[in-house]
Amino acid sequence: MEKMKVLAEWNYTPSASKLGYTRETLYVGLGGKDGNYKFEKRPVSDDMVDTFIGGRGFGLKLLWDAVTPETKWNDPENEIVISGGPLCGITQYPGAGKCYAVFLSPLTEQTYNSNSGGYFAPLLKFSGFDAFELQGKADKEVIIYIDGDNGLVQILESNITDDKNSYVVTEHLHDYFASDEKDKRNISVVSSGEAAEYSYWGCMNFSFYDPRRKVARLKQAGRGGGGTVLKDKNVLALVVKMSKVTGTSTGPADVDTLSRIGRKLHKEIHDFDDVQCQMRSIGTAHLNEVMNDYDLLPVNNFKFGSHPDIGNIHSQEYKKRFTQGMPDGCWYGCSLSCAKATPPFTLTTGPWKGRQVIVDGPEYETVASLGSCVGIFDADWTIEANFYADHYAVDTISLGTGLAFVCECYELGLINSGHTGGLEMTFGNKDALMELIHRMAKGHDEFSRIFALGTRKMKELFAEKYGADRKIMEDIAMEGQGLEVSQYRCQESIAQWGGYFLTLKGPQHDEAWLIFMDMVNKQLPTFADKAEALFYFPNFRLWFSLVGLCKLPWNDIEPGDNRTKYKGIEAAKVPEHVENYVEIYNAVTGKNIVKEDIITMSEKMYNFERIFNLRMGKGTREQHKCPDRGLGPVFEDEWNARPEYFDGKLREAGVEPEGMPVKDKIARLLEFRRGQWETLVDSVYKRRGWNKNGIPTLETVRRLGIDYPHVVELLEKHLRPEDAYE
Amino acid sequence: MIRVNGEEMPWRGGMSVQDVLDAKNYTFKMIAVWINDEPVERGEGYSAAPVPDGANVEVIHMISGG
Repeated sequence: MEKMKVLAEWNYTPSASKLGYTRETLYVGLGGKDGNYKFEKRPVSDDMVDTFIGGRGFGLKLLWDAVTPETKWNDPENEIVISGGPLCGITQYPGAGKCYAVFLSPLTEQTYNSNSGGYFAPLLKFSGFDAFELQGKADKEVIIYIDGDNGLVQILESNITDDKNSYVVTEHLHDYFASDEKDKRNISVVSSGEAAEYSYWGCMNFSFYDPRRKVARLKQAGRGGGGTVLKDKNVLALVVKMSKVTGTSTGPADVDTLSRIGRKLHKEIHDFDDVQCQMRSIGTAHLNEVMNDYDLLPVNNFKFGSHPDIGNIHSQEYKKRFTQGMPDGCWYGCSLSCAKATPPFTLTTGPWKGRQVIVDGPEYETVASLGSCVGIFDADWTIEANFYADHYAVDTISLGTGLAFVCECYELGLINSGHTGGLEMTFGNKDALMELIHRMAKGHDEFSRIFALGTRKMKELFAEKYGADRKIMEDIAMEGQGLEVSQYRCQESIAQWGGYFLTLKGPQHDEAWLIFMDMVNKQLPTFADKAEALFYFPNFRLWFSLVGLCKLPWNDIEPGDNRTKYKGIEAAKVPEHVENYVEIYNAVTGKNIVKEDIITMSEKMYNFERIFNLRMGKGTREQHKCPDRGLGPVFEDEWNARPEYFDGKLREAGVEPEGMPVKDKIARLLEFRRGQWETLVDSVYKRRGWNKNGIPTLETVRRLGIDYPHVVELLEKHLRPEDAYE
Repeated sequence: MIRVNGEEMPWRGGMSVQDVLDAKNYTFKMIAVWINDEPVERGEGYSAAPVPDGANVEVIHMISGG
């Protein structure tokens, strides 16, 4: 194999992790396309540990220090910060290989944080670093190699010249840096692909080597355009290598407790997964038919919530297509094993037509985004689209929601085949949709390049270049803050309007998923109840992003008696698992937190991130917008799919629908729901300690201890007396 | 008449929890059922669990996914 040219290198002495931290971060500067490379080891202060905790918190802190309010996503000053957190890398408790990538996003033009599994963050920590900070732009395409075994960081000139897509790059680099087959497992690669050159949906693929299948597998930090930023920095890949991984590599304070709590959860998974979510055999695709049954599956750009062809994408169809009996964890010790993969699958389109590949997933989100949302109910088509999305490095969720928007615009006649390069972009047209994915990856033509910029830009450019009706596009485009909505139809759950559209970074489901609690269980009858849920759950879930844990073992497996021991919302919190988190956090860090501290730790970062976005010119009420399609039916066919249900909703609103034209019914329901939306916004802002403009108050930041001088100065500039709640 | 998650539903003799779940199309597996503030053990299955007339039935769907 041809050796890569070393452009710069740096030797360091790796610090061992103690109590979950190495207390050092790695800074790599790429210069301003001038070859002025820089390496630096930076200390982690007590305040970083106590306030910012790790993971996403470290990312926000380091990014804040690196950029100015004027910095744009493609300025050299923008960074990608990758950090796991203090629990990242433990092997006793399932789901502990998570990390967060934090950066200024091309899609949302504010901070974004995107999580991934895989081995990168644990191996980075065991190589001596709590975080990796990448800034600048390289003068040529480079690969950054962190060799934790030998205390060496190198910037290498890439020798991959042909296919620069993720599976090729990842496999090549596992081969290149491993001394033998066994050594491949000691390596993790972060890469993007061809599409990231044109698309704002570029994702970052994080690898782990699967010794049974003998392939490098990919997990995605999918959302927000991190892969686009990586590509813009002229970095083909990041590589870390570390061969010494043990159950005590994090330096835990109390390994016995860690092991005891871990064994307890392993037993639960063993005993109950088969009768609960079947994560080990299907992964999150167990949700496919469930969402359809509850009218939550997005069909045809979220117009409808179910479809008669659901059987074609039923979880059992995917179970048949996933290899069974494999321990599919994406980090050591994860017995939940949700990282499903297909056996060799023959591709039928694109540059690899005819080749057999192993496809990671699809997970539920991809089944819906590259399936029902675009009117396609064909598991094999979805698997192929999933493969190419990963390979080209685009976020499957945004890709699917973006494709669905294009299809609806096409069917409404807002755009036509003259604009799309001849593609008949109707819902369900498998050939045309797959072709657009391939064209996008190559930046093939004007339409595919506009498409690649995301839904918000599509609205702007379809209107400007094709004369498409802007108002209709605003009504139907499922995006918020520039980010495409993930794959749950939220219009019948007021709380989930907030779960999607009152978020920090846009409509991504990792803040709060409240649909069952609100719409089915009826546990949140008042706006105060909804606001409380939109305070607790986003903060509780944010904690995973600080410490390096996966959310799935929290509530995709539950103790057998959770459902009878606890009632109501308490049961939804899974109290015994919350206690597990307190115990393992204390066991690793040697601290002594209680469960209430979890919320406070998170609340600091929730507010810091909101203030960071304010600093970047966002972070106010103006950014918290919900499209009409998010609130209810927009067109008559949507209403007529469930006429009695929607008539009933009108009656609840005090409007008698009898004799009223459907068009008017739609308008009255939307008017009513717009009022409910505004009430929700105010209720949530108040509960979060924000003012009417969605800005954290000085009292809030003082209570949380994040009243740093630069934070207070910024808030004082933006807090207006007229925006205060009484 | 019974109430299921706050909504009225006609009662009939011999009605089981499974009948209620079927009628409401509650197919999700991660649920807890409570009748008149008492949890219903799955034990021999929801088909064997009777629902009395006038019952207040709560079918709590746990959060999953997301």
